[in-house]
Amino acid sequence: MTAPILELAGVHTHIGAYHILHGVDFAVPEGQVTMLLGRNGAGKSTTLRTIMGLWQASQGEIRFQGTRLNGLPTPEVAQRGIAYVPEAMGIFTDLTVKENMVLAARKARHEGELDTQRLEWIFGLFPALRKFWLYPAGKLSGGQKQMLAVARAICEPRALILIDEPSKGLAPSIIQNLITAFNELKRQKTTLLLVEQNFNMAKALGDTVAVMDNGRVVHRGTMRELAEDESMQQRLLGLSLGAHQ
Amino acid sequence: MSASATPAATPGAPASAGIPKASFDWRPIALLAALMVLALPAIGSGSTWLTLTVAGLAMGLIIFIIASGLTLVFGLMDVLNFGHGVFIALGAFVATSVMGGMAQWAETSAAAQFVSVFAAMVVAMAVAGGIGWAFERVIVRPVYGLHLKQILITMGGMIVGEEIIKVIWGPLQIPLPLPEVLRGAFVLGDAAVEKYRLLATGIGLAVFAALSFTLGRTKIGLLIRAGVQDREMVESLGYRIRQLFVGVFVAGSGLAGLGGVMWGLYQQNVTPQIGGQVNVLIFIVIIIGGLGSTFGCFIGALLVGLMANYTGFLAPKVALFSNIGLMVAVLLWRPQGLYPVSNR
Repeated sequence: MTAPILELAGVHTHIGAYHILHGVDFAVPEGQVTMLLGRNGAGKSTTLRTIMGLWQASQGEIRFQGTRLNGLPTPEVAQRGIAYVPEAMGIFTDLTVKENMVLAARKARHEGELDTQRLEWIFGLFPALRKFWLYPAGKLSGGQKQMLAVARAICEPRALILIDEPSKGLAPSIIQNLITAFNELKRQKTTLLLVEQNFNMAKALGDTVAVMDNGRVVHRGTMRELAEDESMQQRLLGLSLGAHQ
Repeated sequence: MSASATPAATPGAPASAGIPKASFDWRPIALLAALMVLALPAIGSGSTWLTLTVAGLAMGLIIFIIASGLTLVFGLMDVLNFGHGVFIALGAFVATSVMGGMAQWAETSAAAQFVSVFAAMVVAMAVAGGIGWAFERVIVRPVYGLHLKQILITMGGMIVGEEIIKVIWGPLQIPLPLPEVLRGAFVLGDAAVEKYRLLATGIGLAVFAALSFTLGRTKIGLLIRAGVQDREMVESLGYRIRQLFVGVFVAGSGLAGLGGVMWGLYQQNVTPQIGGQVNVLIFIVIIIGGLGSTFGCFIGALLVGLMANYTGFLAPKVALFSNIGLMVAVLLWRPQGLYPVSNR
């Protein structure tokens, strides 16, 4: 197993009076795809937001490439090389696809300074973005918005990409398109941390997996192990689904 | 701009047929035109109409200069700055000092009079911008995200600011006469168009053009527009929105100072309460325009300026209520303003 690029140790997060994360421990190995699974309300999205500094951990430690992220403001976390695609995608709907991409490229002051080669690679992954380049992002379909959200995260090289439920609400063919794109990222040794509810997508992509329940990580291991062991799936994901109902 | 990086969307291509390109909403502009056209038969005389229209546009553009900063400050950080008016008063009083100090020299030539007016504007913008920076640090920063406290403390800041102005310049009305070269009017046929109103219109349009360029064509502008929609995402992309906000706050205060000079010259006198008087108008304007929208603020300001002048001539007794009436009508039509900012 490769060395972890990101490590969470005993991370607690409070949002107002609510205690959401109760000591989250897991690691994201470099160059792999790590899946963060669990039922609704288990604390997956909160974990990603805590890593980004959008909510501050009240206890515990978050280490990225060997340095502590605790207490850093969000822009600084991003500048250290972490990209984040929130569940709501965070598309600037009044801006064009082009303008969204120019914003995502911190080094570019205007379109002419975008890395052409990388842009071509992105257009290869998501051809729709080329077609709608000059259109307001708000006019894109849900799947195209998700593609734009992912494209923003990869428009400059980043050490780690956090993506919150990319498959949510999308048609199966579009999910397949995303899986293809993520597999391409995987081939390029991009480190991904994906929150997912769609077990098929998790199976198709994941190298390692962490399963959360009630604000804790209740299982860590390889994705293959979990995919092959139905009783474990039942216990970790089925059980928590049962508890949810 | 390389060819491969700019794959122009091909209009008419089958897959893109369902997605309209950035379609511009003309209806609020049509409303503005309709107001001007309808006013003509109501007023009856073409020359009076022209005089009132130029006056209305000049007033509208001055209000726009003042209100543009406020709408961006609200859009970016959800900060309700009820103290914005103090920068108007500050700008106007600084102008009395600058122009008073240069008065003797300005008598020497028409060019010197122009110089004194522009010097007053530049100094007023600088002072208002500087005080704006301190205002943001001391008064606004501790109450980020707390609307009720923002309203209370910024109003308090305005009261304190007004009192400080009284300490420095005295509590009385101070005349701010137009220099000789800007007095009087050009006569076009039967219509008299005041010179100063033309100058105000020109400056207003220049500020609008500069703001449009900054917001539409620069990365800073892109960040401001994105931040108005979703500041959390802008931060997640690695930009420090607080610094951007401070910059916008300072620029907005500076513009309010400029607007104060122009408003003072428009009225030809200045009182410490000027800020409070204009405050009501600028809040009407940014609500009509859609909170956070610069273009909406522009159209809203012109509507308010024209409405005030037309009704002031046609029915002076209802003039006071005309802008409230306008706001009610616009909000019944578009509850989020003429150009609502999405994601809000």
